Amino acid sequence: MNPTMDPAKELMSPGHLACAGCGAAPAMRWALEALGPRTIVVMPACCWSIICGPYPHSALRVPTFHTAFETGAVTAAGIRASLDMQGLQDINVMVWAGDGGTFDIGFQALSAAAERNDDIIFVCYDNEAYMNTGIQRSSATPAGAWTTTTPGGKIRPKKNLVEIMAAHRIPYAATASIAFPDDFISKMTKAKGIKGTRFFHVLATCPTGWRIPSSHTVKLARLAVYSRAFPLYEVEDGERYTITVHPRDLPLRDYLEPQGRFRGLTKDQIEGLQEEVDRTWNRLTRLAGWSS
Amino acid sequence: MSDKDVLTGEHFIHGDAACAEGGLAAGCRFFAGYPITPATEVAERMARRLPQVGGVYIQMEDEIASMAAILGASWGGVKSMTSTSGPGFSLMMENIGLGMMTETPCVVVNIQRGGPSTGLPTLVGQADVMQARWGSHGDYGCIALAPCSPQECFDLTIHAFNLSEIYRQPVFVMADEVVAHMTERVVIPPREKIHIVGRKKPTGNPGDYLPFDSAGPLPAPMAVAGDGFHVHVTGLTHDERGYPVITDVVQERNVRHLVDKIRDNAHKIISVEETALEDADVVLIAYGCTARVARQVVEDLREKGLKVGLVRLITIWPFPSDLIRRLADRVKAFVVPEINYGQMAYEVERAAAGKAETVLFGVMGGSVHTPEEIEDLVMEYL
Repeated sequence: MNPTMDPAKELMSPGHLACAGCGAAPAMRWALEALGPRTIVVMPACCWSIICGPYPHSALRVPTFHTAFETGAVTAAGIRASLDMQGLQDINVMVWAGDGGTFDIGFQALSAAAERNDDIIFVCYDNEAYMNTGIQRSSATPAGAWTTTTPGGKIRPKKNLVEIMAAHRIPYAATASIAFPDDFISKMTKAKGIKGTRFFHVLATCPTGWRIPSSHTVKLARLAVYSRAFPLYEVEDGERYTITVHPRDLPLRDYLEPQGRFRGLTKDQIEGLQEEVDRTWNRLTRLAGWSS
Repeated sequence: MSDKDVLTGEHFIHGDAACAEGGLAAGCRFFAGYPITPATEVAERMARRLPQVGGVYIQMEDEIASMAAILGASWGGVKSMTSTSGPGFSLMMENIGLGMMTETPCVVVNIQRGGPSTGLPTLVGQADVMQARWGSHGDYGCIALAPCSPQECFDLTIHAFNLSEIYRQPVFVMADEVVAHMTERVVIPPREKIHIVGRKKPTGNPGDYLPFDSAGPLPAPMAVAGDGFHVHVTGLTHDERGYPVITDVVQERNVRHLVDKIRDNAHKIISVEETALEDADVVLIAYGCTARVARQVVEDLREKGLKVGLVRLITIWPFPSDLIRRLADRVKAFVVPEINYGQMAYEVERAAAGKAETVLFGVMGGSVHTPEEIEDLVMEYL
């Protein structure tokens, strides 16, 4: 089911500067649909610094603060504190960061904000590499993926950031997907009603960096969930795990093969990655007390 | 493997690639970096090239880590470098100070873009030249080179490595976006024609070795862990043996050494290109991509019989104060075109000491001066 959205009330306008098929664009639409107009967006350096657009392409109808690459979470913490002391508790402060500004350079600030339980929503739209500078690996790049700085394919797997954030005992951490807007929006709506640090890990398909046709954005995002490469779940108070979308039993191969960035993988390597996905999935179902 | 480090021959490459090749030819075998426009291509080339020569490329989590890792690699005994641009250069500053204090040879390539802050990520700037000189807290000497072509990106990266080994400190290659993204012919000479300064190792009795000796005109040879000498490296004020001594007396010795090793050897380090100075009434002072425009200005105006010369700064730091002082006695004015709101112009003004007028022609970034607009300004002072 897709949400019914009123174009006249949408907080992200058309005419933005995302690449054709960018998954990070619908991600912003779903997030703002849930949060509404009383939202301030804080953005460290990322693709969205560009997508947001120079005049006259500016695509956000909510106040936006572009901050330094390493300080998304803590700029938001400062905004939150100043709003609170003015009695403006109803305003959402949402950090909107890429994987670099979350997993790598932004991680220290994010971890510090989470430890203090700063009252912010931090969304990582993860396109799994530094796409804005031309496809360099990040610690969110999955094993096996080609980037310009992993020309032979990345060796190590990506960090499990939701578990890292859950380990901070924050009230809410979740994954979300552009291919499942109803799940996305209901999670964001739920998060809006919670006080404290709320963390979202959104898989944002990137046709440019993943080497896929721009028309396959949603399809690949869906395959990531159905193959369990990117399961959709939430963690409350660091301990209550809930799987929110039932994956299908698709082999990981179905998700990897359409992507040019995995073209160099051998059959054995794909089997190895499948085993890793199975292990992670089994761990998640154990934590969620879930049986299919 | 080793024959792949010097790609002798003619190449058609951009300045970023030439910086990477210069590093490899100089013996750099470790690169730690973080993607940032317009310097990413240096890292990308290193990611591909270093494994071919037995080296290591690591993509770090930020520029703090990049700078720290190259200091670590240098103390591990391997020539190391990183590359970045404005925001990344700012993040490196604390560890650049650590590199100065610990006298650690390494090379930092800064491909300047428009600032401050995020500024103009894809467009040119030259506004980090004072930051290169004064950016980290405390006093230290500075060596910074400003290539004006892809060929010089190659040549000066090698030169930067050599200077960093001789003077034992981080050396900056202060290129700019125009030079770094410009593709031109780059000639890489045969290996035996390239002058490389290797790392000097201490000899003699380990008990007598002073790793931070400040007595001589040059720093002591650098022992690394495992060489059989005591190695104690600290950012604290330290004595000649490297151990922290937190007193004003040792601070006096320590800091004077860090500054004087460059100040006292400045005449050996400074490199400029002098054009048509002998009878010049107005002298242009320029560096990086701006120097290319300035050359055209001199050519155009000389053709008209006007007495205009050019000092192209190859080293921006140390600054050729003596040359400017001598010229100031006989020229009417210095015209300084630069892509900032006045940085090297202050240095020219200081050296000219009121004997000749200093005229800044600043553009704030994103474009280069045209020869015509500089010519119009020069004409006002002839």
